[in-house]
Amino acid sequence: MDPFESIKATFFQECEELLTDMESGLLAMEQGDDDSETVNAVFRAVHSVKGGAGAFGLEELIRFAHVFETVLDEMRSGRLALSDEVAKVLLRASDVLADHVAAARSGGGVDEGRTVSMIADLQGLIDHERANELGLNVHGDGSAAEEDFGFVPVVLSLDEPAAEAPETDIAALLSAAAEPSVAAEAPEAATPAWKVIFRPRAEMYAKANESALVLRELARLGEVEVSLDTSGVPALDQLSAEAAYLTWTIRLSGDRSEAEVRDVFEFVEDDCDLTMVRVGDAPERVAADGPDGDAPASAVEAAAAAPLDLAALLARVAPAAEPAPAAAAPAAPPAPSPAPADLDVAGLIALAEKASQDHAQAAQSPVARADPKLDQKAEARAAAGPATAATPTIRVDLDRVDRLINAVGELVIQQAMLSQRVFESGLARSSDVALGLEDLELLTREIQDSVMAIRAQPVKSVFQRMPRLVREVAEAVGKKVRLVMDGENTEVDKTVIERLSDPITHMLRNAIDHGLETPDEREAGGKSAEGAVRLAALHRGGRIVIEVQDDGRGINRPRVRGIAVAKGLIAEDAVLSDDEIDNLIFLPGFSTVDVVSDISGRGVGMDVVKRSIQALGGRISITSEPGKGSKFSMSLPLTLAVLDGMVVSAADQTLVAPLSNIVESLTPRAEDVHLIGGRDAVICIRDTFVPLIDVGVALGFRDTPLPPTSGVAVLVESEGGGKAALLVEAIQGQRQVVIKSLEANYQQIHGVAAATILGDGRVALILDVDALVTTSRRKSPRIEKRMAV
Amino acid sequence: MTDTVTPGVAQRRELIAFRIGDQEFCVDIMSVREIRGWAPATPLPRTPSFVKGVINLRGAVLPIIDLGARLGLNTSEPTARHVIMVVHIGQRTIGLLVDAVSDIINMSDDLVQPTPDVASDQVKTFVKGLFALDGRMVSLIALDRVLPETEAEAA
Repeated sequence: MDPFESIKATFFQECEELLTDMESGLLAMEQGDDDSETVNAVFRAVHSVKGGAGAFGLEELIRFAHVFETVLDEMRSGRLALSDEVAKVLLRASDVLADHVAAARSGGGVDEGRTVSMIADLQGLIDHERANELGLNVHGDGSAAEEDFGFVPVVLSLDEPAAEAPETDIAALLSAAAEPSVAAEAPEAATPAWKVIFRPRAEMYAKANESALVLRELARLGEVEVSLDTSGVPALDQLSAEAAYLTWTIRLSGDRSEAEVRDVFEFVEDDCDLTMVRVGDAPERVAADGPDGDAPASAVEAAAAAPLDLAALLARVAPAAEPAPAAAAPAAPPAPSPAPADLDVAGLIALAEKASQDHAQAAQSPVARADPKLDQKAEARAAAGPATAATPTIRVDLDRVDRLINAVGELVIQQAMLSQRVFESGLARSSDVALGLEDLELLTREIQDSVMAIRAQPVKSVFQRMPRLVREVAEAVGKKVRLVMDGENTEVDKTVIERLSDPITHMLRNAIDHGLETPDEREAGGKSAEGAVRLAALHRGGRIVIEVQDDGRGINRPRVRGIAVAKGLIAEDAVLSDDEIDNLIFLPGFSTVDVVSDISGRGVGMDVVKRSIQALGGRISITSEPGKGSKFSMSLPLTLAVLDGMVVSAADQTLVAPLSNIVESLTPRAEDVHLIGGRDAVICIRDTFVPLIDVGVALGFRDTPLPPTSGVAVLVESEGGGKAALLVEAIQGQRQVVIKSLEANYQQIHGVAAATILGDGRVALILDVDALVTTSRRKSPRIEKRMAV
Repeated sequence: MTDTVTPGVAQRRELIAFRIGDQEFCVDIMSVREIRGWAPATPLPRTPSFVKGVINLRGAVLPIIDLGARLGLNTSEPTARHVIMVVHIGQRTIGLLVDAVSDIINMSDDLVQPTPDVASDQVKTFVKGLFALDGRMVSLIALDRVLPETEAEAA
């Protein structure tokens, strides 16, 4: 690939990630999160998109991103307050930005009208004078774009705090922490105060305590001035991994009792040197605890997950473990010293930087939060740290992963065959070979699980597209909708993920269009004007369940029934349970909306969803309560590589029927089987006649059908909803089988969906139930076309 | 394909010769992946009679073509003495059922003679050319014609 093109491709890949970050930030803002870091994150995302676009000369994109970014900058600097309205405009702007990126990627155009109106909306957020001042008059003239274009590369490096976070961070911290020490020396006011000298010992950190948390706790009691004494920190080469070197001197203003202050140190009291001096009223009372203080020992139950502080962070870097002289030092209150004397700051920073890469959560330097008066920016930067220091990942070509998965699949089969052979050879179960094989089996399982986990992805990648869809559909039908998403991190095989998008889209559309009432109707019904739609993913019984739930009107059963009768889908006098009526909406050709809308209701609605889910080996069901809403649940296999199957035998062949198609199995009684015409048989199951298909004959393995009473009938339901009974000789059992494609080396065969390999190493065919059922319906089970030779 | 005959350019290459009945055939050695003994195959429904079924080749489903039946020769039921040649045809891997593998031949392309007009259509479809070897006649098989659907395309 042309290097420039490949850089561009990388840019668009990054854009996708940035747009995702942006959207999740905006969604958080919509929920009222106006934390400066959230706004910053969104700003950075938009800014990076713009910066990259500048490098490639994508002017349309730059122009829009610039307006968007300016509005976000206003918000970042506090000139624009976050409101519900603002958040909604920003969210729509993010959709337009995504469109622009997509257009730039594919080389296509964007909806110019939408862009212009969006720009106008964004400008509307900022008052006019300010907009002029910022040069935001972008209405269609090219000059603004050119102006931006020149402007972009300059800004690029301006505000990227994330990249250099660790450095600035530590430096800011050290100086910020050192500064107040001067203040601490200032003449003391007349107000009562406590002077606390807090010197943690190594044991305190060893018990996962955290001085920052203690300091924060202390700050809750009153105004605090904290100074950090780093004079105990030795030169870098003498720095010990597990020692504690730092001492804090805290001046706590406010009239607090000694017990109150001491409470803060409850959990760490035994592991630190603590001196408390009452200042501001004479005579000074000294309350000091020596290293062997007799204060009641309290269990160290502080949160074990507490992040490391600076000292601990440094300790992680230098693995050499020496007993700490500093920790052993007597508890004499050290005088606060203004600045570290012999501290190798540069080295320290370098180490801290390295450590922050190693420990993502450590990078969230809680020291920055120790003193609430610390520079806000330093805190923001510290928080920005973990965002960049995510778990290291690599991008791998999917082909390579698939090859690995195939190889492991073969390994599993080979291992199963080997076990079976060994078992057949009559070797004792306790023999070394058998034991070794057991270990091999465990290992193989583990490898298989790990390999499948590589391809597993959180459903997030599908879910994250949905907020936008919901916004657009809601806008189109004039309803107010709040989308709640749960279980975004539920993992499922990539092959399944790719095919989840359509059914979910359809179900969400359906929920908004049909399920939810209009705002007026809702208010009349005593509900809030804003409807709620919940999209959730969860694991249940080795399958993934996707639920789409709305709090709308529920299914109008009399109406559904009426339509089904009118369309001839059910008999007029059919007796149906509520559940059965609800499920009528999955019938082909059923559409309850008289007016065909853009969104849904083309009469291909739910039956298409049902079919596409069944094609994935899944099931869909609905529960509904009038006036309260409906819930669709679809359950899908975690991977398309394995299938739950019923192993049957027919005409001496071993075949597998997908379990998702099977309703029940039964032994036919002679009186239930009736012939229609010469050889087509039907079987009567609970007063319903369904075709009885002899699998052996249908597949051409034998010419004369099996006498029905000597076989087993498996009642199946095809994806199209048709039912049939498959007549086989015997059922061998249920098994998970690995799906192997026939097309890869041969070609598709009517009536066979795929193949699999059984434990004995032989190939078994997986039945295509749909094809078998439809073939039988066409009354031509014997269309065996011998290919001309 | 590696076994394309380029007229005018004498290219040396290695071929694997095998027997079906009393006739000798060969394919380019580069397209042969492995040679293994016959194992019972799982029959496929609605397939031409020359498709013997599928076998498990280390986890892959491998269709077996009875090459003799494909060429219209008289064939008997395969036994353990029969041989499956696993060959690549384009992106696919298939097994060819033959009686025995006989030889590896090193020869140049210019020795290949076009199939004489006497042969039936069926033979002409699958035989790309002939050559003489120590008084024997060896036919070069056109592998890409062996699979059924490829034939349908050609027809």
